[in-house]
Amino acid sequence: MSDSKRTPLYGEHLRLGGKMVDFAGWDMPLQFDSIIREHNLVRNHAGLFDVSHMGEIEVEGRDAIAFSDYLVTNSVSTLKNGGIVYSPMCNENGGVVDDVLVYRISNRKTLFVVNASNKDKDFNWIDSHVKGFEVSVRDVSDSYAQIAFQGPEVEEMLSDISQIRLNEIPFYHFAVGRVNGIKVLVSRTGYTGEDGFELYTEPEAAIPLWRKILEIGAERGVRPVGLGARDTLRFEACYMLYGNELNDETTPLEAGLKWTVKLDKEFIGRDRLLAQSENGIEYRLKGLEIEGKAIARHGYDVVDGDSKIGWITSGIFSPTLGKSLAIAYLKKDYWKSDSKVQILIRDKKVSAKVVKTPFYRGSVKSKA
Amino acid sequence: MKRYSKTHEWISLEGDVAVVGISDHAQDHLGDVVYVDLPEPGKKVKKGDVFCSIESVKAASDIFSPVSGEIIEVNGELDSAPETINSDAEGTGWIAKIKVSDPSEADALMDSEAYRKHCEEEG
Repeated sequence: MSDSKRTPLYGEHLRLGGKMVDFAGWDMPLQFDSIIREHNLVRNHAGLFDVSHMGEIEVEGRDAIAFSDYLVTNSVSTLKNGGIVYSPMCNENGGVVDDVLVYRISNRKTLFVVNASNKDKDFNWIDSHVKGFEVSVRDVSDSYAQIAFQGPEVEEMLSDISQIRLNEIPFYHFAVGRVNGIKVLVSRTGYTGEDGFELYTEPEAAIPLWRKILEIGAERGVRPVGLGARDTLRFEACYMLYGNELNDETTPLEAGLKWTVKLDKEFIGRDRLLAQSENGIEYRLKGLEIEGKAIARHGYDVVDGDSKIGWITSGIFSPTLGKSLAIAYLKKDYWKSDSKVQILIRDKKVSAKVVKTPFYRGSVKSKA
Repeated sequence: MKRYSKTHEWISLEGDVAVVGISDHAQDHLGDVVYVDLPEPGKKVKKGDVFCSIESVKAASDIFSPVSGEIIEVNGELDSAPETINSDAEGTGWIAKIKVSDPSEADALMDSEAYRKHCEEEG
């Protein structure tokens, strides 16, 4: 643990009783209270996350928009300044290098917000493709702390201390201004399935902002939330977790992210995705509802009798729905809702059926 | 009197029947318990065998039998209320009753003071 990186809020986490764990080389809070209580707090009211471990990579220059568009499957060129897009960033084989948010800052600048676990890989990948584009690429991760304030009551609470009109920020858009006098970039984005904002600040401003939000939320029960509930929340909303649902081999089409793939433009990996879209795919992500309460965890086999027909990427006992649920890559014959499959859990075959995703739609303004 | 294993189970021996559960320290470590995969009554177990699995939000954990014998009863309440393990691990959150074949095995387990030290050493 001694080599782990610490966010500017590390001391706050210790003070608030966070159970710290290593995550992608960062010493992060897994939970402050019970994971289920933290989960329910975000679903019903509001919770505060430190997500400063996320990486930020800036692309700047005359060709910043064209270059960003070339890197990701979704469209950056059709965004307005102040808009954000969720997108896979693919390799030549259509495998996913990372899934990222691209913030269109101006006509000559974008900001890629990337997974902590992939930050260096992403930077090297992006930087190695600049040939032919007039851009510079900078890893600016150390210049940002990031706080996510998530839940149906967030806008109302945060508006009280915001000098930015939050109600004028649509889903997947951002504004730059001040919250409680502190300079921030605020976006209406998140990873929970609930409405809410992500706030980017200078590292030095993270503690005052964090404390102020907890202070104004105190009487409504706002508490810090750890990575444990961040995972159960994103799971119910069926947001991808890199390393579970996505990796360098899986393609966005297999992951059910067709809506993020714009085949009418040029981008790295397009040939493979075009071929897949014409010829079809063999495996794709589906939701599963499991009989009983055993949990189908990452890596477990999905079978039909004696033959393996897929594998689990994530599974939890859903706090919101009170069911054991999983996400799995399944063979084509099993994509229809209500298809029966079995999961090998501790050498026992447990029955499950295919169900529609997302498992749960929260207060989030629109689909991500 | 309760006795504890290094792997964080407890037993309470009454005659030749041991009530078995996991320690309060263990439940705190596991976090929210959502499912207890109970053994079948009648099953024979040896000391150190996995006789039960507990699923928390975080992970699935094997529970080891601290003694050898035959499972004669399980705590069916845990099917509908697995969170009882969090609220009362060393009481109503007991897992199974085992008719022990060799009561001397219990002597090798730790008393509460020795167990407390063991937990501290583990960190």
